[in-house]
Amino acid sequence: MNKLLTVSPSPHVQGDESIRKIMYGVVLAMLPAFAMSVMFFGWNSVKVTLIAIAASVFFEYVIQKYIMKVKPTVDDGSAIVTGILLAFNVPVGLPVWLIVLGALVAIGVGKMSFGGLGQNPFNPALVGRVFLLISFPVQMTTWTANKVVADGFSGATPLGLLKEGLKNGETISQITSQLPSHFDLFWGNMSGSLGEISAVALLLGGVYMLWKKIISWHTPVAVLGTIFIFEGILWLANPDRFMDPMFHLFTGGAMLGAIFMATDMVSSPMTHLGQLIFGIGIGIITVLIRNFGAYPEGISFAILIMNAFTPLINAYVKPARFGRVA
Amino acid sequence: MLKTFKMGGVHPAENKLSAGKAIEKLPLPKTVSIPVAQHIGAPATVVVKRGDEVKVGTVIAQSSGFVSTNIHSSVSGKVKKIDDVMDSSGYKKKAVIIDVEGDEWEEGIDTSENLIRETHLDAKEINAKVLAAGIVGLGGATFPTHVKLSPPPGMTAEVLLINGVECEPYLTSDHRLMLEKGAEIIVGTKLLMKSLGVNKAVIGIENNKPDAITRMQELTVNESGISVQPLKVKYPQGGEKQLIKAVTGKEVPSGALPIAVGAVVNNVGTAFAVYEAVMKNKPLVERVVTVTGKSVKEPSNLMVRIGTPVTDLVEAAGGMPEDTGKVISGGPMMGRAVTTLEVPVTKGTSGILLIRDEEAKRNEVEPCIRCGKCVNVCPMGLEPYLLMTMSEKKLWERSEDRHVMDCIECGSCSFTCPSNRPLLDYIRLGKGTVGKLIRARKSQN
Repeated sequence: MNKLLTVSPSPHVQGDESIRKIMYGVVLAMLPAFAMSVMFFGWNSVKVTLIAIAASVFFEYVIQKYIMKVKPTVDDGSAIVTGILLAFNVPVGLPVWLIVLGALVAIGVGKMSFGGLGQNPFNPALVGRVFLLISFPVQMTTWTANKVVADGFSGATPLGLLKEGLKNGETISQITSQLPSHFDLFWGNMSGSLGEISAVALLLGGVYMLWKKIISWHTPVAVLGTIFIFEGILWLANPDRFMDPMFHLFTGGAMLGAIFMATDMVSSPMTHLGQLIFGIGIGIITVLIRNFGAYPEGISFAILIMNAFTPLINAYVKPARFGRVA
Repeated sequence: MLKTFKMGGVHPAENKLSAGKAIEKLPLPKTVSIPVAQHIGAPATVVVKRGDEVKVGTVIAQSSGFVSTNIHSSVSGKVKKIDDVMDSSGYKKKAVIIDVEGDEWEEGIDTSENLIRETHLDAKEINAKVLAAGIVGLGGATFPTHVKLSPPPGMTAEVLLINGVECEPYLTSDHRLMLEKGAEIIVGTKLLMKSLGVNKAVIGIENNKPDAITRMQELTVNESGISVQPLKVKYPQGGEKQLIKAVTGKEVPSGALPIAVGAVVNNVGTAFAVYEAVMKNKPLVERVVTVTGKSVKEPSNLMVRIGTPVTDLVEAAGGMPEDTGKVISGGPMMGRAVTTLEVPVTKGTSGILLIRDEEAKRNEVEPCIRCGKCVNVCPMGLEPYLLMTMSEKKLWERSEDRHVMDCIECGSCSFTCPSNRPLLDYIRLGKGTVGKLIRARKSQN
């Protein structure tokens, strides 16, 4: 036995988790929402998504290789996830150059400027999205009419119609008559960003990620539960001015944000209790912006704001320690 | 119904390849190297010299101090020399090296298979025999058993827990012992209960050993104070604190001993050794060792004399496979990789695991993605990702504030990390350094 043996500290076995497995699992979970977006928006949906992915991967590769001068890790799948999520957060008719610019900001500013994967405090796709929304508000809110939408419904998003209607002095019942039914909202038959429209598809992806333990239930349940409760309170208090809570769950980026954006591991808290606090914060801020803010939708801002609170949550919300002496 | 600990835990692949293999006696070796520091506490003092004739059971090293115990020859023969020998820790330890001749046992030792149930010895006498026989914790911790049986003043034992969990993958020595020596384990349990002055004992067994659960339940059906508790298959259920939590619902406070919550934990192997010591006058000279691995021809459970070189065990299991990349003393989660197969079997050697080349390599380390998995699997409620960062940056005081000393080194965090970060390596570094700081602080006051 002249063979040299490996000597290393325990543990000597590794679980089957890996970054790649997590990231490509998230990609798989996004397929139902992608399929629905193609169904409702056509092949433009494929085009936007592919451009966003290609640009994200390209920028990450170039920055790592030529600016950071480290071995590129684009194959870990995180840039692909960012690209898809960026596409999911923009209108299907957004010009190509703006998609590329969004990817540059998402990857370059949101991620790589902090040192790369694991170091970014904010969700990169949302950094890109909010940059585009603030810098190019017209293009970012020019909604292509959902090709399946029946005549009579305009191209505006349900939340946009709500905000505009209230501003014009319309009543909730008047506005409701212009909106898709709850079933249509749940199914995805409405205007909106490419990947946010179908609650059922997003929920399917969420269930898959829960089953694979890529995410835990705490953040999405806290976000959606908080939106439901607070919108429910407002609706009960004044049904003439506030839409019902189910409407708010199925519209805008609530489902996409709660299931795919807020659960981003890097930018959300470590503990389950921390995740609940994080999710509740997102829900509250979303409700405030939707009902009292200038924008029709606020979940992107809400998630970014709570991303900023993650280090604070991690510092103060610690796991219950075994054997803690009172 | 199954019980378990509340916080954390992982489920590594079990790979209990040798669960169906009955215990076999390993033939006598040619030479044994018996370290005199095989237990927690002070090394024993050598009482033989080169050239001395010894028999199986001869005291070759005497306990020194309260936390210490005797060391006995596991063979008959002549003391070849007293020299430093590398053990599985990778460090050289003083050992008595004996050339084996025949198999003569000291007088008074009953080597028959007869089961003896009754004794008239009182608690003190039992404990004296346990000390004399060199009994230590055979689950792997090797804490001197007589010390556990002597609660500090003001502390009282209320329940004895017998640890038959064996939550380490691959290992099956406790499993086989329960199946084949269950009656002896029950007698040993009653001796431990008597020594402690408790009237309740619980045998905890993980649910992946249904035959052992059934067997022990059969044996305890008429024992009013002893029960069997099936436990969920979740690593590290066999950890002392996790076992107490699962069975009694109590948590051992940080920095305290199990006796603080009225519990004393002993391994099934230890209970068996106590039986042999008290009823058979047989000191701890041999133990069951699992030899296993995915490429091993005959995964086995061997009864091995202490001091036998690991080479002999591997040969008995069919020889070292060509694709072996790492040899571990113990299990894959907490065991120690050895540098050579010449290291001796000691009282704490529960298994020898041969790992293949491809599995011996550690995966490439990647950035922490702050997934929180290490926090969620830590059974002690620590924050491994943070403790690692603190050790890397030498923030020892903050590491202490975040309770690095509470780590039980189960390895769940490193096991589960999707970025393959060496969390436990750095935590050990933190524990070692903070431990020194604490001791220095105490010695100042």
